Parts: sequence; C-alpha cells; structure tokens
Amino acid sequence: MISFIAQSIRMSAAFLFGSTGEIITEKAGHLNLGIPGVMCMGAIGGAIGARLYVSSLADISQISAFPAFVIPLLFCLVLASLMGVLYSFLTVSLRANQNITGLAISTFGAGFATFVNNIIPKEGFKEIGYIYFKLFPSTEKLGAFGELFFSYGAMVYLAIIIAIGASLILKKTRVGLHLRAVGESPATADATGINITEYRYTATIVGSAIAGMGGLFYFFDMNGGSWPYSDAISALGWLSIAIVIFSIWKPDLSIFSSIIFGLLYRLQYFMASATLSQKTLIGMLPYVITILVLIVTSIVGSKKAQPPASLGLNYFREER
Amino acid sequence: MTKNNSREPLFHITKRGATVWWKPLVIRAIAIVAGLFVGLFFAAAYTKVNPFKLLGYMFNGAFGTEKRIWNLLQDTALLLLVSIAIVPAFKMKFWNIGADGQTLVGCLASAVAIYYLYDKLPTWALLLVMMLFSLTAGMIWGVIPAIFKAKWNTNETLFTLMMNYVAIQLVSFVLLKWFPSGQNDFAKFFSRYGNMPKIGNPYILILIFAVVLTVTMHFYLSKTKHGFEVSLVGESINTSKYVGVNVKKVIIRTMLLSGAICGFVGFVLVSAKDHAITTTMVGGRGFTAIIVAWLAKFNPAYMALASLMVAFLSRGTSQILSQTGITNSALPNIVTALVFFFIIGCEFFITYSIKFRKKNKDSAPAPANEASGPAEEPPIRAEGETPSLAEAPAEERTPAEEALPTEITEGGEEK
Repeated sequence: MISFIAQSIRMSAAFLFGSTGEIITEKAGHLNLGIPGVMCMGAIGGAIGARLYVSSLADISQISAFPAFVIPLLFCLVLASLMGVLYSFLTVSLRANQNITGLAISTFGAGFATFVNNIIPKEGFKEIGYIYFKLFPSTEKLGAFGELFFSYGAMVYLAIIIAIGASLILKKTRVGLHLRAVGESPATADATGINITEYRYTATIVGSAIAGMGGLFYFFDMNGGSWPYSDAISALGWLSIAIVIFSIWKPDLSIFSSIIFGLLYRLQYFMASATLSQKTLIGMLPYVITILVLIVTSIVGSKKAQPPASLGLNYFREER
Repeated sequence: MTKNNSREPLFHITKRGATVWWKPLVIRAIAIVAGLFVGLFFAAAYTKVNPFKLLGYMFNGAFGTEKRIWNLLQDTALLLLVSIAIVPAFKMKFWNIGADGQTLVGCLASAVAIYYLYDKLPTWALLLVMMLFSLTAGMIWGVIPAIFKAKWNTNETLFTLMMNYVAIQLVSFVLLKWFPSGQNDFAKFFSRYGNMPKIGNPYILILIFAVVLTVTMHFYLSKTKHGFEVSLVGESINTSKYVGVNVKKVIIRTMLLSGAICGFVGFVLVSAKDHAITTTMVGGRGFTAIIVAWLAKFNPAYMALASLMVAFLSRGTSQILSQTGITNSALPNIVTALVFFFIIGCEFFITYSIKFRKKNKDSAPAPANEASGPAEEPPIRAEGETPSLAEAPAEERTPAEEALPTEITEGGEEK
C-alpha cells in the first residue's frame, strides 16, 4: 500500500509538470492544446540529449550523474520551448486559432517523437534512467516515512518546487499580477502599459518548457529510459490539461490533484490480482473521473473557479 | 520581441476588407507549397536524396499506378467522411475533438453485431443491423458531451477528448472479454460475415458514400433551416436566443447528427475497409479531420480538396520511405504537420494586411536590433501584401519567406 502511494506520488510529477505549464500559459489567456505534443518533444529532447552525451563517452560505464542528468534536461527544455515559440508565434503574432494550432502542435510533437525514437540508439538510457530515478542513496532505514518522502528522483521534487514557485509568482508578485491581467482583460492590461505580446510569448514558452519536463520525467524516471509510446505521453498531456480545470487554475492545488490522478493512473498496476480485462476498466478510471470533474465543476461553477476571462481569445489591439 | 520602449511602430496591421477572390487562394497555395518543401527538405536531410526527386516519389506514390490512385481516393474519402461528420458541430463552435472515439465505438458496435449475430442473420440483414448499431453507438458517444454542454456549459473540448480514451479502453475491454488470450481472432468472423458487397472494386463503395454524404451535408448546412440554426448558434448564442432558436435543442440535435455520421464511418471501416477491430483502427482521423474542416472554412467542397491534400501527403511520404528503403512510420505525420503549420500561419495574411508607417516620424522607430541588413528602411508599400523581411521575426513577412526560418531552425535543430 505504501509503495502504491509512493508510486502514485512519483507518477503525479508528470501531471504536475504538465498542468503547471498549462496553468501558466492559460493565465496569459492562451489555451495550449499542444501540451501533449510539447511533452512528447520534451521526452524526445531528453533522448537526443542523452544520446549525444552517451555517444561522446568511450563506453557506458563512464556515465556520471551530473552531466547525465543535466544534458538531457537542457535538450528537453530547448525542444519543448521551441514548440512554445512556434505556438506563440502562430497564435500571438499571427493570431491563428489557438485550438487548431494546439492540435497541430500535438500531431507534430507526437510524430516527431516517434520519428526520432525510431532512429535513435538507446544504449545507456537505462543507466541514465536510473540516475533520474534515484536521488537519495538509501531510504530503507527510514521505513514508510522514507519511502513516502525521500524515495523519488530529483524531477519529482523539481516539479513540486516549480509548482509552488509558480503559485507564489502568480499570487504575490507584480509579474504574476500583470500576467493575470493579460489573461483576464488584455485590453485593460494594454491600456496600463503592459506589453501583451511579451507576456503571452513568455508565459507560453515558459509553460511549454515546464510541461516538456513532464515528458522527460515520464521517459527517464517513470519508464526507466525505455520509450513509452508517443500515445502514452500524449494521454498524460491531455490529462494534464484536464487537471488544470480540476485545480481551478492554481498550481499549488495542482500538486494535490496531480497526486489524485497519479493514484488513479497507478491503480491498475496496484490491483495485481485483477484480470487483464478488469485492468482495462480500471485504466478507464482517470478519464471517467476527469469527465465527472468537468461535469461537477461546470454545475457548481462558483465565481472563484472560473478560467481566465479571455482564455482562448487572441488579442488584437485594433479590434477593441 | 522588440521591447515596447519606443511607441512608434514600424508597421501596423489592419484587417483586410473584401479582397479579390483569388488572393486568399494564392496565399494558401503558396503556404502549402512552402510547407511541402520544408517537409521535403526535412525528408531530404533524413534520406539524403534530392528533395525534387523526393517530390517525384510522392507523386509516384499517390498517382503512380491505378491501385495507388484508388488507395489515395480511399484515404481521401475516409478522411472526408470524418470531416463531414464533425463539420456541423464545428460550425456551431462546438469543439468536438472526440470524433476518433465516436468512430471507434461505431466500429465496436459493428463488431458486436457480427460477433453475436453472424450465424443468425443473412448478410443483408446483418449489414443493416451493424449499421444501426454503429449509428446508435456514435450518437450516444456524441450526444453525452452535448447534453452537458447544453445544460451546464460543460467544457466540451476536454469532455469529448476524454470520451476518446474511454472508447479505446472499452474496445480493449471487449476484445479481452472475447479473446481472453489477448489474441485478436476477429479475422475468422470477417472472412465470411458482415462484409459489404463489392461494386467493381473494394474502393468504389466508400467513394460513393463520401460523395453522397458530402453533397447532402452541403445541402443540409446551406439550404435547410437546421443548417441555418447551426450557423446562427455558432455565430452568437444570444442572437439565437433572441430570435427564438432553442439553443439546447440545436446543440443536442447537431451532435446526434455528428456522432451518427462518425458511427457510420466506423461501420464503413469495419465492413468495407479493415474487416477487423483494433483500438487504433481510426488512426487519429478525428484530429486530422478537424484541421481539414477548419482549413476548408467548413465548406464541404473545399474539405474534399483538403482531404485529398492530406491523403496525398501521407501516401506520398510513405512512398518516399519505401522507395528510399528507409523505414520510419512517423515521417508522414511530420510532413503533414509541417504543412498544417504553414496553412495555419498563412490565414493571418489572408485576414490582415500589414501597412508600413509613412515616414512622418516624430520619434525614432523601434530599434531594430535583430534586423538583418535591408530591414532598416522598408519603403512604403502600396498594398501591404508582401512586406519585405523586416525586423521583428514574428510580426510580418509573407508566409512563404516567413515560416521558413522558424521551421528550418526547428527541423535543423533536432536531427
């Protein structure tokens, strides 16, 4: 049971990265449906970085922890941000429809990730996966407490730190205030002298970079460096977008909702006694629960639990 | 992005009024060709074959033999059918991302009919039952999100999307129930039961369906009261209410229709094309169809062209792979997506025109620090249609010149 919860918390990092990134983007008024593609790009960026690092070594035994962690992470960030650049160029500068652009990004990201995965040699990925997975040397002595709090790889803690940081920035700082203003009422924000374009670009790119790490985490930490299908990563991306609604656009709440989805997602592995067909039904749960959450939030629909007012709308100063 | 410290922009963007009819078409054509070439250069970098030769391969793959042409037409027809299915929903601004799932449950329903009734009914009756099952299943899958959207304004984008995954899990559940070993033995039923009669060759029937449905949908959307209500709700819910349209009813009715056509596509897939049932048999057509419908501005005739283009891209790219002897199943997706980016981007140049400021500067123009050479003094363009490559990388340039740098950095970056 403890290990099930620990596994779920670990899993939740993928959702947390994805949803934090999407929250930041949505706060600026952009509904990025490309998050699944961005996460695929993040994962495959990690793979490219890992490959470059491994191929620069004489053999796998020379892999050392720090570069093996940082190089894939950097490549992940670069590729994921590039997707963010492309998305914001199309939607902010060219004012393309956000949903269509997002879907195209998702198609591209998943396709590109599969493409690279097909040609990239994966020696050493297992070892790098282990570096991602193990941060603290031993937690056995601490028992259940240790397993619940100190058994994770660095990315899990990074996800939580980023979520808390994003929450603080959104709530407490001037930048956060401006960002929210841009998402709520760009015309007003524009009138007060906030650079809408800059904020929207930055939020989308930073959001994409964060979301991309979710893919990287799932690839190296959760899956131990063996490639999960692009479809699997995309599914995480879509769930992350749903978690944003569940967390009512608050990164700190997203920590808990991500854990809940982590539990749901891991449930089928926990129920070892279930037959295969039962497992497919359990595998349906995260999606069914998401639907229920959508329904409940729309029925309850309190004032506080609303998306940014101009979410999904592109801003064109001369169209006011 | 240029910093906004200088308040005098170098250019400004205005909405185009009515333009000549051919201009949008030319802009789109340029975008498609540009996107195609970026895709080809990507493929060329990968296969190390001259891109023009690759273009030849693509045409060969799409039109090379009679069979290839039929395959191309079949792909076009299937994609067009899904696009036709979603178009009423999208015209209503109901973001039905769940066409994949609605089609998949359609497939499942047909399979269920075959599994339980194959030895009890003659072929024509079995086909009829399959079709009814599929239509019903698609309708159910489509109408559930619609009901909640109509009643409580539940977010339909995510709802329909989640229904896709539920459908996938449902299919794998049923398959495991039928074949607990995990072996998909469905072929043995299909060798004898539930197959559509062949008219001439296996492709013509699907083409007929596509043509008939496209024409019908065109008529439905443009000539009937229902179609008018759909557009009205899409334009403005308040106006619709004001003129007495029952918005809830329209949403639910339209999604019933949309889901039913998706279910029908599922029936066609099972009975006339794949003769099997798997979780991946819809193959993302639901997503591609959205882009197809949107690119065609929801006009069924243009949708046929857009479907043909997508089918050409994917068939052609597959041919590149087989002719260069390289196996990488994902290349068609990448090339198609690249072309999509260009078309999405080019809409801007259709809707807006860029006008440069006349030289009455009271303050210096924004410091164009990342400008490359000629950008500094863009002369006054009469019609802002083809601005030169000027400073901010984002803001202007024609789709052709413009998207090239972005895409190439992107393509070049990662290989």
